[in-house]
Amino acid sequence: MSSQPHSPAEDHASTSQTHAAHGTYGSYLVGFGLSALLTAIAFAVVMMPMFSRPTTIVVVTVVGLVQICVQNFFFMHLTHRSERWNFVSFFFTVLIIAILVGGSLWIMYHLNRNMMM
Amino acid sequence: MQLEIQRPGEYSMRAKNAHAHNDDRESTSTTVFGFWIYLMTDAMLFATIFVTYAVVFTNTAGGAGPGELFELPFVSVETALLLVSSTTFGFSMITARAENKAATLAWLGITFALGAGFLAMELHEFGGMIAEGHGPDRSAFLSGFFTLVGTHGLHVASGLVWIVVMAVQVTAHGFSETIMRRMMCLSLFWHFLDVVWICVFSIVYLLGVILNV
Repeated sequence: MSSQPHSPAEDHASTSQTHAAHGTYGSYLVGFGLSALLTAIAFAVVMMPMFSRPTTIVVVTVVGLVQICVQNFFFMHLTHRSERWNFVSFFFTVLIIAILVGGSLWIMYHLNRNMMM
Repeated sequence: MQLEIQRPGEYSMRAKNAHAHNDDRESTSTTVFGFWIYLMTDAMLFATIFVTYAVVFTNTAGGAGPGELFELPFVSVETALLLVSSTTFGFSMITARAENKAATLAWLGITFALGAGFLAMELHEFGGMIAEGHGPDRSAFLSGFFTLVGTHGLHVASGLVWIVVMAVQVTAHGFSETIMRRMMCLSLFWHFLDVVWICVFSIVYLLGVILNV
């Protein structure tokens, strides 16, 4: 990069065009703060039980999913504007994982129910 | 003959440089996208192991379950190490873009130390469990646990090796287009491992402890 015959400003402009979203200290710290908060909530509701078991399961799951979104956005800069195909392939992966997880658990639930009853 | 080849016109020289530069940029964005596709397939690999774990985790074969084996305060420290290391790797990307070699190497060093701390804690946990007779051969639950958490740990170990290699290359070559491309791939890899860890501590440790009767 430094050996190329053009100014750093020009380089910065064209680089940020190719890879739209770069982090700043501020954005990484916001991502860190949100992740730390969500992690603390997840551990707190399990270590100091304050809700019923089903509520706790929902809280841990939702807080985990939100944290995945937070880190995708603040750390991996996954937005629909930055890299369209990264975004598309991500959603394809989510779809495959949903089928894999949902399908397996559904099959095993019925298997267990039919075998044990 | 030789002389003619070595003295191209100024214009064509510039055009050639510009062309090479565009090629570099094109190849950076293609390489990073290709690496992203690899990470997506890796996510599917992890999903498969997660599902296997979810299906077998109640089968403890009369042995200890998640509730007795997992120490959540210990896991919360592991989680903190990995989360902070993800942030410090972000800082190393910022300093690398500013072509600040000393700061980049410092942040890479801190990231490595945090990652190594995480891995040491994980190995300590594994060692303790195996020593107390809760090894991977004890039950389907423990086979699943060691496979899942161990696969993540192996990824972290590869990431640590990669950070060392990266630091050596930054020291030797500075911040060329090629080095920045590798830094971008490594940053995606390292952040990805933290995202997978969110699933590990939520599903294996937290939900494991809640669901264990």
